[in-house]
Amino acid sequence: MEWIKLRSLRSTRWVLLGGMAATVALGVVAGFNTRSVTGDPTSNVLAGIILGQVITGVLGVLVMTSEYSSGLIRVTFAAMPRRGLVLAAKAFVFGTVCLVAGEIAVFASFLGGMAALRSSVPHPSLGDPAVLRAVLMTGAYLALTGLAGLGIGAILRHGAAAVGVLVGGLFVLPLIAGAASHAVGPFMPELIAGNSLAAVKPVSGFTWSPWLELAIVAAYSAALLAAGGWLLIRRDA
Amino acid sequence: MISVRGLTKSYGGTQAVDDLTFDIHPGCVTGFLGPNGSGKSTTMRLLLGLDEPTRGSALIDGAPYAALRWPLRSVGAVLEARAFHPGRTARQHLLALAAASALPRRRVGEVLAAVGLSDAADRRAGGFSLGMGQRLGLAAALLGDPGVLLLDEPVNGLDPAGVRWIRDLIKSLAAQGRTVFVSSHLISEMALTADRLLVIGGGRLLADTTVGALTARGGGSLEEGFFGLTEGVR
Repeated sequence: MEWIKLRSLRSTRWVLLGGMAATVALGVVAGFNTRSVTGDPTSNVLAGIILGQVITGVLGVLVMTSEYSSGLIRVTFAAMPRRGLVLAAKAFVFGTVCLVAGEIAVFASFLGGMAALRSSVPHPSLGDPAVLRAVLMTGAYLALTGLAGLGIGAILRHGAAAVGVLVGGLFVLPLIAGAASHAVGPFMPELIAGNSLAAVKPVSGFTWSPWLELAIVAAYSAALLAAGGWLLIRRDA
Repeated sequence: MISVRGLTKSYGGTQAVDDLTFDIHPGCVTGFLGPNGSGKSTTMRLLLGLDEPTRGSALIDGAPYAALRWPLRSVGAVLEARAFHPGRTARQHLLALAAASALPRRRVGEVLAAVGLSDAADRRAGGFSLGMGQRLGLAAALLGDPGVLLLDEPVNGLDPAGVRWIRDLIKSLAAQGRTVFVSSHLISEMALTADRLLVIGGGRLLADTTVGALTARGGGSLEEGFFGLTEGVR
């Protein structure tokens, strides 16, 4: 049911494709602008995910909240009273699509960005395991943001509010928390993505293993989905 | 068959539904009549497991809704008009529901034909008129060929042709031996459609009777019979 729902909405398809294209475009521009010889070209050309994560996160929100705004949720729960299973199905279908789309977008960003790099700047290659790791993890990050959006949507049930929380959590929270202490950096998903997952050269303040950082992001998404699922089951439809 | 025993639902301080007990039998149209806010929609949502009752039980063929293996094959419900995503076509909406209940794809074509939406099947549902939206809702309810039908205010907003079409459909479904439970606040339409009547007011069951009996009580007018029952009930 959830797969048919996801693929039958033209708007989802176009937003996802548009988001992928924008991510790649930003990556190419960032690659073109990379001048520093000592910097991290890989993490630069993956910068497009700043936008990409908003796209996948918002789509995740809408996968859930559009059912509430249209009233479809009652039909869905009448067809499938096991609400945890409904959320799990949405997460599986949407997460998989985001993962595939995300990986395609970041690989394209990397290749496009590499092509745009000046010859004076070192060109990383996918043969380097650290580079491959950075690209793969960044694609996974896009899927995790999508799932986080789905979880927030299930918790709040209201599209605009959920998008607000998503964007606030991704971009505003690190600013506020960072004003208090720089030690919170490794816990903020958006900063994790740029400074650890996508980074080949270590960044000061982000010394933990990227695998640990990816696990932290995954934990956030899992917790949001779990909370969303618990609320879906407990609350009246 | 629907069996409700001591069904109660409170939201905060208000009793939306208060100690309802009744049975609804197959083969006839049972009307659920009551003023706005009397608890009709809440009762239907409790029957479908969309809300949790505070007390009491609402069983369909002896089991709670959540225990049904393929709910859409047992119960078809239309609770509100246009409960679909405007961006999908009618066909896709029904295909998704059919997939949820392991129903064959040809059922989608069959119910679309049954409600007269075959020509509009591949148009985005957002462009449907209210009448077409109601038809789509009914198509979804009929998808699993269920033995029980719950319809909440199905004729709201419909033009006379639509009203008559739904009335005829409801009566034919009951004549096929299904259990049909229709709520409405339109007394004249109820008089034409229903056989048995449950009258609800302020969340409480005021009468479990027939159209004929309540009309007789009202001296030949169902409306009078209804107002006689619900006068002063809040």
